[in-house]
Amino acid sequence: MGFKQTINHSVWICWKDLLEFTRSKMGLIMVIIMPLFMMIMVGFIFPDSAATIEDAPIAVANLDSGPLGGNFTANLEYVNSETGMMTLTSADGMEDIRSQIYEGKIDGGIVISENFTADLLAGRQGTIAIMTDQSNPQMSMQVQAALSMTITQMGSGAAMANLNQTYGIPANETLAAIKPYTVEVESLIPNDPSYFQFVAPGIMAMVVMMSLMTGLPHAISYEKDTGTLDGMLVAPIRRLSIILGKVLAQTSRGMLQGLIILVLAILLFGVTIYGNVLLVFFIMFLAVFSFVGLGILITSFSDKEETASMMMMTLMFPMMFLGGVFFPIEQMPGFMQTISQFLPLTYATSALRKVMILGAGIDSIMTEILFMLAFGLIFLAVAVPMFKRAMNR
Amino acid sequence: MDEYSIVTDSLTKRFGDLVAVDHVSFSVKKGEIFGFLGPNGAGKTTTIRMLCTLSRPSDGSATVAGFDIVKGDNQVREHIGLVSEKMIMYDRLTAYENLKLFAKLYNIPKQKMEEKIDELLKLVHMEKWKDAQIGTFSTGMKQRINVIRALLNEPKILFLDEPTLGLDPQSTAEIREFIRKINAENHTTIILTTHMMAEADLLCNRVGIIDHGKIVALDTPQALKKMISGEDMLVIELDISNLTNGMAEILQKNECVKALTRLSDTRLKVQAVGANAFGSILDTVKSQGGILQSVKNLQPTLEDVFLHITGREVRDEASSKVKETRHHGPPGMRSNNRVR
Ligand SMILES: Nc1ncnc2c1ncn2[C@@H]1O[C@H](COP(=O)(O)OP(=O)(O)OP(=O)(O)O)[C@@H](O)[C@H]1O
Ligand SMILES: [Mg+2]
Repeated sequence: MGFKQTINHSVWICWKDLLEFTRSKMGLIMVIIMPLFMMIMVGFIFPDSAATIEDAPIAVANLDSGPLGGNFTANLEYVNSETGMMTLTSADGMEDIRSQIYEGKIDGGIVISENFTADLLAGRQGTIAIMTDQSNPQMSMQVQAALSMTITQMGSGAAMANLNQTYGIPANETLAAIKPYTVEVESLIPNDPSYFQFVAPGIMAMVVMMSLMTGLPHAISYEKDTGTLDGMLVAPIRRLSIILGKVLAQTSRGMLQGLIILVLAILLFGVTIYGNVLLVFFIMFLAVFSFVGLGILITSFSDKEETASMMMMTLMFPMMFLGGVFFPIEQMPGFMQTISQFLPLTYATSALRKVMILGAGIDSIMTEILFMLAFGLIFLAVAVPMFKRAMNR
Repeated sequence: MDEYSIVTDSLTKRFGDLVAVDHVSFSVKKGEIFGFLGPNGAGKTTTIRMLCTLSRPSDGSATVAGFDIVKGDNQVREHIGLVSEKMIMYDRLTAYENLKLFAKLYNIPKQKMEEKIDELLKLVHMEKWKDAQIGTFSTGMKQRINVIRALLNEPKILFLDEPTLGLDPQSTAEIREFIRKINAENHTTIILTTHMMAEADLLCNRVGIIDHGKIVALDTPQALKKMISGEDMLVIELDISNLTNGMAEILQKNECVKALTRLSDTRLKVQAVGANAFGSILDTVKSQGGILQSVKNLQPTLEDVFLHITGREVRDEASSKVKETRHHGPPGMRSNNRVR
């Protein structure tokens, strides 16, 4: 049997699968809903890190007996009225702030120490204590940042006034005197990448992977369960064309989902693609190639549909989290970084990210391309003979 | 060997410790309708799957259409058609699309494919439904498409695994008629499994009875029936107006009784052997105080042969409340029913 015939048969099997797919309303809806769901979920779980807080309820306890504590509060209110980050209320002290945080009334509090005026007048630093709701780390960090920023700003204001009055430095030079350095961040791309920009490529790679890894074993074990696979097996065609046809169909479906994510990301979430779109699709195709062997392998191992889905789930979860989709791999513990180096998803995500966010060309993602090719070839070399054997039980 | 379509030699299939098909040797002549009978789990489907190259034998060998089922699996596939226990149909595809897919897999050229599909649809009176999705069909309609699907490549040998299972009488009759027709017109060899004894009797030139993976009888239906009558087999139907379960049990313990089926509240079908079987049965009924309304002498049917040989109930005979059979088994034959 010739190569051409094998391809021909597989194209017809693919035709059949896609035809079934387009006639399944549920299937079609899922293809659109799943990526949308993913994107929205991600959007809610990981709020934009660049965004600043607004109107966070913060309590202020002024324990100072002198006048400077009151000055500080007045100043704080003034600065805050400009930024609008906080809604300020008052509290009796640290214990009161603590209990208000427990009750969820406030996100954090500021305590001006008892000796605030005395310390400052004696030439020591005045102490301000900050307490935040650490059960919400994201919020806690932002409140801390906002408070620190406000207080630092007030501090420099006070210092600048001091310099001007005490040493006669002209008012417009005082800033340079206390903060001689300024940092300007030059980025690779015009705007700061949002978290969406960071996750969109990863989600694309992940959905293509999930689509293929769940779709392929499902497509084959479902036909095995219902008995229709026998119809193909009893025909004088190569076993290879069956698996090839299934792979073609699932790949088309996965790529379609990838495309939907891309469009959603651009239209709904303002993601910009800086690289070549064709290159993006080429990487997605390679990603599919790198997963496909694993999908076939699992199909051959599982005799029932349930077994297949269970094995898929078990494999997919670590991939999702260790493949660098949601968190940069560099932030993971060492051994997890090692594991992630053996996941094709890692390379797909990395390549897509480089091309989509950084506008990299094909020569900068050669490593990723080679790794994906290698994964694909190794898995296929093991999986195809296993599949043939499984079909001849 | 030219006269045979199928020759098996000690064909064996093991699933772990279970020997599903146990050194089976038989041949099927060209143009023959060959019936495979046997209780559930006897190994019929497993045998057919091996012959269709869907399952590799653990031992032994077979040739189908002149090709070895292992070494020549692809040549075998060219020449066979399969209607398996589960329908090979995609519900979301139309009848035409289903047939087209398989025609493509058999490399049938486009022109010929269109003609063939129309011709086959006409044969089973389904041309009106060509472009309707299979999912909307009744079981009978589905099975018609399923059967013609197996004929797309004009196979020399057609395997049918319980082709009339779950069909209504009309569809059953039509499928049977269709099987007979393709056998007569195209000389297609047909291998058929069924649990309906009447079907086997009606259709098959020869019948093989398989039990526990072994062929226990193989002959024409007539010869098989004669075989048991030759053994002084008595098949009678008793109508006892005050029949009780206890009475049936005691009757079954009678030495002569080989098999006993309760047909209704009052009627019993009894198979018995022995010179004085008839008298002995009547005595038992009388001693239990049974009021005998009538006695009918029945001709042995293929079902009686089946029960006689396998000593088990046939699952399609599902009308009676109590189903009890006892099996003494001829010498040299296994006598205990396997617990499944
Ligand atoms: N794939 C398999 N794995 C393990 N055991 C199997 C497998 N297929 C069949 N068997 C066992 O082999 C035996 C024969 O099964 P088979 O399906 O051939 O019986 P059958 O004669 O077709 O029965 P039925 O009348 O119920 O269709 C049964 O005990 C069955 O449980
Ligand atoms: Mg069976």
